[in-house]
Amino acid sequence: MSVPSDLQYTAEHEWVRVEGDVVTVGITQYAADALGDVVYVDLPAVGAALTPGAVVGEVESTKSVGELFAPVSGEVVEANQAVVDAPETINADPYGDGWLVKVRVAETPALMTADEYRALIGE
Amino acid sequence: MTESVTPPPQHSPLHAEHDALGASFTDFGGWLMPVRYSSDLAEHHAVRTAAGLFDISHMAEIAVSGADAGAYLDEALAGRLSTLPLMKAKYSLLLADNGGIIDDLIVYRTGEVEWLVVANAGNRAPVVEALHARRGVHEVELVDLTEQTALIALQGPAAQRILERVEGLETTDELSNETTLDTLRYYAAMGMAWRGGSVLVARTGYTGEDGFELYVDVEHAAELWRAILAEGESDGLVPCGLAARDTLRLEAGMPLYGHEIGPETLPVQAGLGRVVVTDKPHFVGKAAIEQGPAADAPVLVGMLGEGRRAARADYLVFDGDRAVGVVTSGALSPTLGVPIAMAHVHPDVSAHGTALAVDVRGTRIPFTVVPLPFYQREA
Repeated sequence: MSVPSDLQYTAEHEWVRVEGDVVTVGITQYAADALGDVVYVDLPAVGAALTPGAVVGEVESTKSVGELFAPVSGEVVEANQAVVDAPETINADPYGDGWLVKVRVAETPALMTADEYRALIGE
Repeated sequence: MTESVTPPPQHSPLHAEHDALGASFTDFGGWLMPVRYSSDLAEHHAVRTAAGLFDISHMAEIAVSGADAGAYLDEALAGRLSTLPLMKAKYSLLLADNGGIIDDLIVYRTGEVEWLVVANAGNRAPVVEALHARRGVHEVELVDLTEQTALIALQGPAAQRILERVEGLETTDELSNETTLDTLRYYAAMGMAWRGGSVLVARTGYTGEDGFELYVDVEHAAELWRAILAEGESDGLVPCGLAARDTLRLEAGMPLYGHEIGPETLPVQAGLGRVVVTDKPHFVGKAAIEQGPAADAPVLVGMLGEGRRAARADYLVFDGDRAVGVVTSGALSPTLGVPIAMAHVHPDVSAHGTALAVDVRGTRIPFTVVPLPFYQREA
């Protein structure tokens, strides 16, 4: 199970990549595998203000629905239209082309480390 | 300190095969079964275009035998099984006194005075209990063969040519009674020889495609599973899990116990009125069936939706502001690319073409009532 060491993680199986004051958010491979084939994605709109823990979208597979939680506070500056059009990208490349939103943050987040997340999922 | 303990789910006789193939597992009816091996969608499409191999050993098999077994089954079940020809299969129902459905079944006639009743895994205990309780004056023998029987389903347009090539799976004069895989008809069965034992091969399934279900002793099951998988690889055969099985049966409009049918559903409400033979002198549930459901009792419909969001089980169905029913199963159809669902709705809104809506987590998605099935293979 891939858990890249350069990312931060949440208990809701999301990852965050910090690059300056903009962070990229996606779901982990563990989450994508658990969901199965993703067939529908609902993302927050550009400009939306995120509050950590709030439900801001959905990732739906053939068998189940996963909620997308805001991992950080900030403003959505980009939503990945490519995964809305081709949701299977999330299964194929959850840490790359399958990213979901980019968020401008006021402070650098300090979430779970890769090691902490690996422990959470029993890796 | 005490805590209630749920028994761990039972393992299929093919569990080690699934493990080696990298399956993800789910607890289904008390059994730990493969939910998918790779991708639900790829497995679904393989069955529609080539073939898929399913382990459905969780299903329960109960042998019924005795000189009186035919008359007994006519009383115990909704259909007429006494006149079922040798090596034919019939879809039937086990009803309660109130006409509700305890389980849906496939029944095979395997001998002059022998039948095989196949029940859902989750209903094995109530089915066995009801079959025992209904013996009455009839002298019949009931044997639960579930633990010693594996059940493998090979489904898809390539199923026959794959099975024909499996080395060692052979028709014999003694077992096959002049039937071949080519001449075996839908809802018929034949015996075949396999590695010194025998396999019951039926042309049945739960996918809407041509295909076979193979009942085999647990000792010979893994060899047969591997032989079919290896032989079918060149035809695009892949192992398939319960996730694909569910979307396939939904597209085919087939009911799933606990969703479209259950203890509160009379057969006619689920479009299964034809399964009940009412002119039998007596069968369990007869009075309730003859009385029928209330005029406003919900009926099962198929619905086609807009967009890509699935209506899932238990979501509410609306006609304008009026709640008129509940979704029993739903998915984004892999074959059709649109949301499909089955639902129990008020009979007023059950006509084909009726425009309804489903509340999908706070958003009303338009759906239209359509005839079932959603998908039918070309003859």
